[in-house]
Amino acid sequence: MMKRKLLALALSALLLPATGTALAQAGKISGDVVKIAVLTDMSGVYSDLGGKGSVVAAEMAIEDFKAQFKPKFKIDLVSADHQNKADVGSNKVREWYDTQGVDMVTDVLNSGVALAVAKVTTEKNKIMLNTGAASTRLTNEDCAPSNVVHYVYDTYALANGPGKAVTKSGKDTWFFLTADYAFGHSLEKDSMDAVKANGGKVLGAVRHPLNASDFSSFLLQAQASKAKVIGLANAGGDTINSIKAANEFGITKGQTLVGLLTTVVDIHALGLQTTQGMMFTEGFYWNLNNETRDFSRRFFSRHKKMPNMLPAGTYSAVLHYLKAVQATGTDDTATVMKKMKETPINDPFAKGGKIREDGRMVHDMYLVEVKKPGESKEPWDYYNVKQVIPGDQAFQPMALSRCPAVKK
Amino acid sequence: MTEIFGVPVQALFGQLMLGLVNGSFYAVLSLGLAVIFGMLNIINFAHGALYMVGAMLTWVGLEYLGIGYWWMLVLAPLCVGLVGIAIERLMLQWLYKLDHLYGLLLTFGLALMIEGLFRDLYGVAGQPYSIPEELSGAFNLGFMFLPKYRAWIIVASLSVCLLTWYMIEKTRLGAYLRAATENPRLTQAFGINVPLMVMLTYGFGVGLAGFAGVLAAPASQISPLMGSNLIIVVFAVVVIGGMGSILGSVLTGLALGIIEGMTKVFWPEASATVVFMIMAVVLMIRPAGLFGREK
Repeated sequence: MMKRKLLALALSALLLPATGTALAQAGKISGDVVKIAVLTDMSGVYSDLGGKGSVVAAEMAIEDFKAQFKPKFKIDLVSADHQNKADVGSNKVREWYDTQGVDMVTDVLNSGVALAVAKVTTEKNKIMLNTGAASTRLTNEDCAPSNVVHYVYDTYALANGPGKAVTKSGKDTWFFLTADYAFGHSLEKDSMDAVKANGGKVLGAVRHPLNASDFSSFLLQAQASKAKVIGLANAGGDTINSIKAANEFGITKGQTLVGLLTTVVDIHALGLQTTQGMMFTEGFYWNLNNETRDFSRRFFSRHKKMPNMLPAGTYSAVLHYLKAVQATGTDDTATVMKKMKETPINDPFAKGGKIREDGRMVHDMYLVEVKKPGESKEPWDYYNVKQVIPGDQAFQPMALSRCPAVKK
Repeated sequence: MTEIFGVPVQALFGQLMLGLVNGSFYAVLSLGLAVIFGMLNIINFAHGALYMVGAMLTWVGLEYLGIGYWWMLVLAPLCVGLVGIAIERLMLQWLYKLDHLYGLLLTFGLALMIEGLFRDLYGVAGQPYSIPEELSGAFNLGFMFLPKYRAWIIVASLSVCLLTWYMIEKTRLGAYLRAATENPRLTQAFGINVPLMVMLTYGFGVGLAGFAGVLAAPASQISPLMGSNLIIVVFAVVVIGGMGSILGSVLTGLALGIIEGMTKVFWPEASATVVFMIMAVVLMIRPAGLFGREK
């Protein structure tokens, strides 16, 4: 009798964990709610890149998903401001995972914050669909392909388009103005590599603090370098103020400015008079085709701004995630991640997009040139698309991957 | 060409000039803070926000009302001054008897609210404002290409600083002001309306912030965040110069602008911190600031 009881106990002890995992895989959604979180900069230098726009995009994705699939589970959306501080961001995300039942976090612009949040996400085995940060470290040295997807763009893709096109056009000496933190360094390095790979020369770089109040001093140093091209390895308000000062000091007459991370929102803020002729890479343009125009006009009616690649990418990421949850019937991280990687992405943001084994989402990027004021036919009509860069050329090839989790 | 630490002397002159331009902003802003602190004993944290309001008003004036730069150079500081008077009458005047901390907290709260309001209305990417026609173009100084507008910033802000100094140190009104600062009760006993003077001083102090805002409008993007980026540095300037010292804050403002400019050349990564390093050293050696008197 005693023996039999013991045996039963031992057996059940063996079985229990197995049933546990089986349950999760068999289509349980924790708490019957899929909870999505948007972590972004709501009030600082980058809040016009993502910020509220990303929240609006996530809401739209959830509404569109509900309308199309009539899911049985509930979907919740929460959001928070990380104030561009890595500690604020990672604490918030930890709280979300531990006490709020959040399954997936998205946007997470600012590479410093993103790297910290990626660590927490991996530790808690949740999902981060990064649509905001740019550093290639997210899919290289600090990659975590079972938890982190780098969805929209990265410094390699941003650097490569103009790095190649501009250098090949004969403007082959570069000087960089770099934001002094993870993102700027990453963008500077990738740009320098791209310039050198295409036969160009890098004459120097100056690193400025994030959110500097005056750029004229840095720009004069760039001017003194006599480089043909000044690459702006910064973003948001910093890029805007750099471009403005460059115009004021007449630098744009002799040297070409290349904004390495510039989006349609920055162009709108500066106006075409100041920005005409600038070239850069963006992952999305609202005025590409009927599908992008439809999506963007809907977005505009809510947010009063056309979407750049960040909100557009957030829309796509949330939709892709929800579709994977719907298809597998679970919010289990490994299962959903596997499904997301198997399924191609087709929506207004990406055509035939694919998540690679290192966590990089690969899709077409666009090399654009800013129109002259006379060429623009309507508000927000800002770009001439010079070249569609196919996904497999836009992003860092797998052969160069420095991600330890990927077997070669 | 001669070089200093690998930087051509000519380029260095250019950077000095730019440092002077930034220093002019520090001077006007810290002057306003010093005047307010001297008179009201209030550490005015709303200063940066009101500077931003000055710039925003300049843009609003042109965008919605068609009022150009030169008119706004007068109107915007007046409007900001009126806002300041309203703040003083409605809120600040109840705090004079309390610890400094209360005034600081109140104005800090106001700053956050004003910034939040504008951020909500306009977003942070900011609004473009072009340089007025009379001041577009540049002087070729030989060693650099100095935009006329930047030169104008130096001229305008230094004149305003000089005027303020003259008014406070050399006129009868200034004498009343200084007397009211020293001993408000006794001054009142001589029949001078001290509360009125306090109100006007606050209005004038923030009016200076509004003036700096108008000056900044064409030179940088007009964004709701432009004030908060600057105000911390300006506070450091006031601390280094000595709280309440008028000439001190102007000179310190200019000097720190230049030091910061030099740092941008030799060690750009430290340019955001150099002012605070100096502040720490000054506080250790002269706790009352370079030009301050210990009370």
